[in-house]
Amino acid sequence: MIPPQFDYHAPQTVGEAIALLQQLGPDAKLLAGGHSLLPMMKLRFAQPSHLIDIHRIPELRGIKQEGQTIVIGAMTTENELIGSELLQRHVPLLPEAAQLIADPQVRNRGTIGGDIAHGDPGNDHPALSIALNASFVLEGPGGRRTVAADGFFLGTYMTLLQEEEVMCEIRVPAFAQGTGWAYEKLKRKTGDWATAGCAVVMRKSGNTVSEVRIALTNVGPTALRAESAEQALLGKELSVANLQAAADAACAICDPAEDLRGDIEYKTAMAGQMVKRALVKAFGRCA
Amino acid sequence: MAKKLISVTVNGRVHEKAVEPRTLLIHFLREELNLTGAHIGCETSHCGACTVDIDGQSIKSCTHLAVQCNGSQVQTVEGLAQAGVLHAVQEGFYKEHGLQCGFCTPGMLMRAHRFLQENPKPSEDEIRMGLSGNLCRCTGYQNIIKAVQYAAKKLQEQAATA
Repeated sequence: MIPPQFDYHAPQTVGEAIALLQQLGPDAKLLAGGHSLLPMMKLRFAQPSHLIDIHRIPELRGIKQEGQTIVIGAMTTENELIGSELLQRHVPLLPEAAQLIADPQVRNRGTIGGDIAHGDPGNDHPALSIALNASFVLEGPGGRRTVAADGFFLGTYMTLLQEEEVMCEIRVPAFAQGTGWAYEKLKRKTGDWATAGCAVVMRKSGNTVSEVRIALTNVGPTALRAESAEQALLGKELSVANLQAAADAACAICDPAEDLRGDIEYKTAMAGQMVKRALVKAFGRCA
Repeated sequence: MAKKLISVTVNGRVHEKAVEPRTLLIHFLREELNLTGAHIGCETSHCGACTVDIDGQSIKSCTHLAVQCNGSQVQTVEGLAQAGVLHAVQEGFYKEHGLQCGFCTPGMLMRAHRFLQENPKPSEDEIRMGLSGNLCRCTGYQNIIKAVQYAAKKLQEQAATA
């Protein structure tokens, strides 16, 4: 399968990429790792006339610390997330979860920014970003703006990213001492999207949950923040009854599409199961 | 759709060619350079039969444009054996019967080759995870694991005597 014809552009800076987006109009697409876009082009689900390859823009890569925030360049690959000591120390959820994404070869190309900007509810970084309370730095002709992950995803393949904008950074608050975390992803095989997935970031006070963020993968048109499930746990112990109440609240917001991974009832039930597993694991990691 | 001039070093040899932007690396290797070792399997980045090395990383050449490799070092299965002597991973697949039909083998070899540089002393679990992007429909994987273990041992011995 060969993609349809297009012209190829390889800007060296974000400014050049934005200028190309302005000049070429809506028929241009940004090429990040290409492991969603190229397969879609082969299948003619996408037929851009221009590809703007942002792989050669150094400012879009790398992971650094700015005070209590970890700043990840949008073109940082999954394998770079896995190998990052900075993330392992300050945001261990990301390197752990990235190991559940795709396979070793694809993780050498697939990028965190591409995964987020694509707006596919099957991708893992949207829910991870929401649970991590991350924000995204977007740059367009009018300059830079920062938007929260929670609220960025508008619908399947629809996000707040405008046509002339480039996603530049993913900014993640470093975990405070004692933070617990987990990402539970049910998948049929390596490289599969989640049948259902759940990301949790949590803190406890004594035996009760003092802070918690819960987000779900691939059980709706976008990644979903399960706020009612969070409310069901705040200030409470992680008892069997409270765990079930949180899972039930999460299931109530699920709206999955039936496909080969299962029907709606099964996927919803599995979302509840992933929520329970992630909560138990995250709670066990809280200190 | 103007062609782009690219310069790519493949198995140590520099190639300068004008390519259509939509040319996938796998087609560039097989049809432009006549390097037919890397195979076209699923064409959707699942099976790994097209695995090659770009700048020291395993990638799936069915989901990579040739123009993206401008200035890069590419290694294919044809670059493994040196002076007619099989590379340790090739010898391992031969000695341990790590293949039946052989279709997945070029990708398996290239991934095993790179994996053993990333992790020279892997456990069986690590081998399974390391090669999880390569599918084989014949062997049931058991002999592939043994072949990689054979190669790991041989490479360690070579490193010790070097």
